[in-house]
Amino acid sequence: MSATPAQRFLQDAAVKSADLVHREIIRRGMESYDAAHLKGRARIKDWEAAREKCQEIKREAINHLDQYLLQFEEKVIARGGHVFWAADGDEACAYVKNLAMRLGVRTVVKSKSMVTEEIHLGSILEKVGIKVWETDFGEYIVQLRDEAPYHIVTPAMHLNRGQIAELFREKVDPGIVSDDPSDLMAAARRKLRQAFFSAEMGISGANFLVADAGVVAISTNEGNGRLCTSVPRVHVVVTGIEKVIPRLEDLAVLWPVLATSGTGQGITTYSTLIGGPRRAAEVDGPEEFHVVLVDNGRSQLLADAEQREVLHCIRCGACLNICPVFRHVGGHTYGTTYPGPIGSVLTPHLAGIKEFKHLSYASSLCGACTSVCPVKIDLHHHLLQNRRNATEAGATKSSERMMFRAWRSAMLHPRIYALGGWSMRKALRIMYGMGLGGTFLDPMREWNRHRAPVPLPSESFRAGWRRDLGAK
Amino acid sequence: MPHKVSLFVPCFVDQLLPEVAVDTVKVLRRIGYDVQFPEEQTCCGQPAFNTGYWNEARPCAEHFVQVFKHAESVVCPSGSCATMVRIFYADLLASSPLRDEALAIASRTFELSEFLVKVAGITQVGAIFPHAVTYHASCHGLRELHLRDEPLQLLREVAGLKLVEMARSEECCGFGGTFAMKFADISAAMGNSKAESAAATKAEFVTAIDPSCLMHLQGIMGKRQDQARTIHLASILAHDGSTQVRP
Repeated sequence: MSATPAQRFLQDAAVKSADLVHREIIRRGMESYDAAHLKGRARIKDWEAAREKCQEIKREAINHLDQYLLQFEEKVIARGGHVFWAADGDEACAYVKNLAMRLGVRTVVKSKSMVTEEIHLGSILEKVGIKVWETDFGEYIVQLRDEAPYHIVTPAMHLNRGQIAELFREKVDPGIVSDDPSDLMAAARRKLRQAFFSAEMGISGANFLVADAGVVAISTNEGNGRLCTSVPRVHVVVTGIEKVIPRLEDLAVLWPVLATSGTGQGITTYSTLIGGPRRAAEVDGPEEFHVVLVDNGRSQLLADAEQREVLHCIRCGACLNICPVFRHVGGHTYGTTYPGPIGSVLTPHLAGIKEFKHLSYASSLCGACTSVCPVKIDLHHHLLQNRRNATEAGATKSSERMMFRAWRSAMLHPRIYALGGWSMRKALRIMYGMGLGGTFLDPMREWNRHRAPVPLPSESFRAGWRRDLGAK
Repeated sequence: MPHKVSLFVPCFVDQLLPEVAVDTVKVLRRIGYDVQFPEEQTCCGQPAFNTGYWNEARPCAEHFVQVFKHAESVVCPSGSCATMVRIFYADLLASSPLRDEALAIASRTFELSEFLVKVAGITQVGAIFPHAVTYHASCHGLRELHLRDEPLQLLREVAGLKLVEMARSEECCGFGGTFAMKFADISAAMGNSKAESAAATKAEFVTAIDPSCLMHLQGIMGKRQDQARTIHLASILAHDGSTQVRP
């Protein structure tokens, strides 16, 4: 029997959290991010005001999602583009696959898109014999390793340059001798240039869909995004419906806030706006332009008034970067497209509370994520709501349910509570005295696996209070 | 007539770490408060609430409200348990008949350092503690109650105390309630990172406003056989030089 996602998570978390080499790579990556992020935030005159503005924009967009999506669609169609509304991943993939087959596409170049990861578009195209090139440097690396992205912004952050050089010698160019980043990038560039100019279709994601202008906004740093969207004959944008924003002017705050939260940059190197296929007088750009609007569970989240704001997410990755759980278990351990706090909140909605509730529990609820979220999603409180939803759906263990029922009864009767506490301390003292600590009899064995036992005083505070402390 | 305060002693402090509550009483009495301990109190409901069992947590919260409803101020030596009452009772008891009383209690419930600095307006409590101490910023106190400076203000006024800052002092120690048992490996890895940051300061003591963080960290540090040990802020503040602390 294959393991459930929860069992795999526990196993992988145990391995990764004890992997000190991994911890060191991530710690270094995150420290340089932390420094850049702090510096970036200081560049914005009033960071809190910027966050509030972004939250306001996204709230307006999500509360009127239907209206803004239709406005966006109308503009795109008016410019000769096509818009396809996909209810789920299957519909989205089928549309892109059929389009590629109809146009005789043999090679696809992709710029970075988490939604295409979510719906597994790459593997579906490869199944029908289409060669798919990931052209973002990090995505290219994880594609060569046949791995999922480790992080939604920096897909290969778990690898050091030595590991990347080794991979490139094996898969890209056996002549690579150094692990100098510029040599490695040059090797990738040589390969990818061929791909850009042989591909018939380019696939990109979208950072924002601008309703009033009817354009797609894409933020990238490597230039690959522009090549993907302008060189091939067809450009397909695959994106989630929640990416829409009302107005072009909203980008004035969203672009810098996204870049600051994502990498600490003032703005990404390339900020691209695309509104349709090449027009009559234009010298470049695709002949065909398609936008695939993916729902895939988002409408259901939209209907959940308590957690609707999760759709505000602009996928900056700041919550992953600050999350101490992410820093210790790493991105792959989550086993989901979106790792880290946002993934733990979102995945139960997209992929099922029963199978993925464990992610909402795999948090100390420290709230660091919420404190950095640029659109002010109350992430750690949504984890609490997911936990409540899981117990109300009967998705938790019956032994746990019974334990909490018994606990409640004790807590409502101070004497039973006091007696229970006294007996538990006494029993543990006897058990540890007999050397049975950590055995299957020890209810604290999970605690004791990594920690010295808790203190077991002979007297509780309330007993001391009653004896003499209260009378003083 | 001295002001009265009602002590809210978290269940695990009552049962496992009574000295934290004893020291809280000492500090409050030293600065002139009449300390009450309503003996009908049990648990605020947080373990069940955080694990998703809101239906089990709710009657405990209602019990708490009944026990404390006449209290002038409620003081708790834990940022996390104070957060449960102050922040989460509003959600948990949203449709309870005791909702209004719960909100009223919530607004009168304070974590110890918060109470001393913000309500009593005192940072000098007459403590003497001639040791090097590093401070861990417990999450609920920091991010739910927004207590960043209050504990440090109190520590800076302690005679003889040398405050040394650890790296990433605001990163979670990994306790997280049932998380510490359900995901013991992750919790311990986070605890080890915290213990390493603390050990690098060469401080003799690690302090915090949350006894739960400290109980977890002491377990981790004990297993690592670290020289330093944990001590709750209340126990530092209770120290007036009349007894020795094992360094």
